[in-house]
Amino acid sequence: MNYFPDEVLEHIFDFVGSHKDRNSVSQVCKLWYRIESYSRQTVFVGNCYAIGPERVAERFSGLKSITLKGKPHFADFNLVPPDWGGFVYPWIEAFARSRVGLEELRLKRMVVSDESLELLSRSFPNFKSLVLVSCEGFTTDGLAAVAAYCRQLKELDLQENDVEDHRGHWLSCFPESSTSLVSLNFACLKGDINLPALERLVARSPNLKSLRLSRAVPLDVLQRILIRAPQLLDLGVGSYLHDPDSENYNKLVTAIQKCKSVRSLSGFLDVAPHCLSAFHIICPNLTSLNLSYAPGIYDNELIKLIRHCHKLQRLWILDCIGDKGLEVVASTCKDLEELRVFPSDPYVGQAAVTEEGLVAISRGCQKLNSILYFCQQMTNAALITVAKNCPNFVRFRLCILDPTKPDAVTQQPLDEGFGAIVQACKGLKRLSLSGLLTDQVFLYIGMYAEQLEMLSIAFAGDSDKGMQYVLKGCKKLRKLEIRDSPFGNAALLMDVAKYETMRSLWMSSCEVTLGGCKALAKRMPGLNVEIINENDQMEFVGGCDDDRQKVEKMYLYRTLAGQRRDAPEFVWTL
Amino acid sequence: MEGGVAYEQGLNLKATELTLGLPGTGETEGQGGVRNNNKRPMPTSETNEEESQALKAADRGSTAPAAKAQIVGWPPIRSYRKNSLQAKKDNESEASGMYVKVSMDGAPYLRKIDLKVYRGYPELLKALEAMFKFAAGVYSEREGYKGSEYVPTYEDKDGDWMLVGDVPWDMFMSSCKRLRIMKGSEARGLGCGV
Repeated sequence: MNYFPDEVLEHIFDFVGSHKDRNSVSQVCKLWYRIESYSRQTVFVGNCYAIGPERVAERFSGLKSITLKGKPHFADFNLVPPDWGGFVYPWIEAFARSRVGLEELRLKRMVVSDESLELLSRSFPNFKSLVLVSCEGFTTDGLAAVAAYCRQLKELDLQENDVEDHRGHWLSCFPESSTSLVSLNFACLKGDINLPALERLVARSPNLKSLRLSRAVPLDVLQRILIRAPQLLDLGVGSYLHDPDSENYNKLVTAIQKCKSVRSLSGFLDVAPHCLSAFHIICPNLTSLNLSYAPGIYDNELIKLIRHCHKLQRLWILDCIGDKGLEVVASTCKDLEELRVFPSDPYVGQAAVTEEGLVAISRGCQKLNSILYFCQQMTNAALITVAKNCPNFVRFRLCILDPTKPDAVTQQPLDEGFGAIVQACKGLKRLSLSGLLTDQVFLYIGMYAEQLEMLSIAFAGDSDKGMQYVLKGCKKLRKLEIRDSPFGNAALLMDVAKYETMRSLWMSSCEVTLGGCKALAKRMPGLNVEIINENDQMEFVGGCDDDRQKVEKMYLYRTLAGQRRDAPEFVWTL
Repeated sequence: MEGGVAYEQGLNLKATELTLGLPGTGETEGQGGVRNNNKRPMPTSETNEEESQALKAADRGSTAPAAKAQIVGWPPIRSYRKNSLQAKKDNESEASGMYVKVSMDGAPYLRKIDLKVYRGYPELLKALEAMFKFAAGVYSEREGYKGSEYVPTYEDKDGDWMLVGDVPWDMFMSSCKRLRIMKGSEARGLGCGV
């Protein structure tokens, strides 16, 4: 290979797509490192504090697309205080200074200010795609800047962000000359939308393939939009309140009939009952259906709709579909690969599905490889059956609403059930546990979950042994997050070198002490060990007895960037 | 201050007192209920507001399991999702119709009806007429309910007493807090003009 000119190597590397593979390629020799680095166009940074933006820009001079993730996963569930960090501004600033030819920016759980969006929109003339997932810190003013100044914008995808809505004018900031939009998702916006501007924008975007509307877009506007954009592949319906006998409804039915290309349907954010029948006609074409934001749809309407969806590969719904509804899914959606069942009433602590629904799905959907299932109860027998029926799980996330509930029939821990899952699913990469669990389940996980990369533990285990089994056995573990479990210093310090092979470790409400964390930080300078202290209970200036205090929240991660300089007061890096 | 307290206490007794008066006799609820601004809470409205708040909470179903301690961050769903579900619940309990109290001047006790059950004014009026054994008369925009001894009115979100039938049904459903079948003689002012 060394006799090939660089261009040939570069061309060969073009075929190497995945980040993992490209990382491997770059480690072969210096030459390959060099060529791979300047030819890599898409960079993935799983922890924005693992490396500094300048270094990224320097190494990957051909960088066009970057994905950044900020806060730890448990921030999604309010376990991380606001202002913890994850700011994108330094990255945008550094890239602007280094004249990176940025075209695509994908962020998850990061703080995005309006200033960042403004700087972004002015610094990269070829910027095409902005995807923000679970981010916060910006307002519609920031969006206005993106709309106005990103002349080549193809994609603006806002998923589940917390956006402060100032006015609906940002949509009218897209210049009249802008006709390049391919994907527009503003479903998470809460305020009013300039509806005429939206209609005009859709009318002048012939390449628009994906459109997800917010609550503020009513039925009559939807109908007019569908008439103008029958080429849509992905539709997110906003507000869906209608009178079945109205003229608007009839017009909508006509418009939907023309949308033969729609493969993905979502939204129904404000929904009146009995509304879905208008969409039955496109159901046979759907491969993806997300009704998880529509609690107004009753189970019989859901079931009627699903009976038409034979080609479904991805389904996100609420548990009001019930076990019976899941049986219908199992018998109808033979191509189903991913299922997510969310609780429709999280505050009440009751879910409308049980182990029976899951078993039914496993029997009917042989291709299932990814599941997120919030349920009322589970049994070992059910999990063992599921494991036998579906050995192809790559992601298995089970959440019993009562986090320490035992087997509903035998009252035993659910160790055997989860043990069966990890043993049967040899390709399992992600696992979330719940229910009554002892150290035994971790023994199984350590023994069988050879491909496991991410593990989420809550209210589980009896002793340090549990965590030790996992750290010893799961060679490919990258992310471990634990809450409210009795794991302490012995587990934490068992194999400190392991943490450099992982992206991060989160432990909250466990038994680790300040002393343990300090010891770890001392032995592993390549890690940032952060203590999140919200209650001022700990003395930051080391007192001798303090080391025995339990640490409420600890987050550690490997990094090349050293201690971060933007940590707030309540975060202490040891 | 003292007077106010005594007034309130006396008021509570009155509210729970059973009266078997004939139509038109005795203190009726609607007497002071014309304008209900927060600065000068009318006695009956106050107690009723407390009750309706408790009812609202019960409607949402959140008070029953509130005894169970809420674990922070459990179940593990994103705030965005939680908020959208909660907003939906709030919308539902307000807009899709719920049980509202119906009082009739002179009747000994109130009734409750589910507005969701009715598809429009004609059905609602028929049900009210059957429940309270009266005739509402014919509704016209100009003259209200003509030729009847009793007139159906409702209290809206602002605390104002409105004539049933003036606004579109959907708007009525989302703004009606309670109904009162008013004696015709009192209702004359409501029927006509601005």
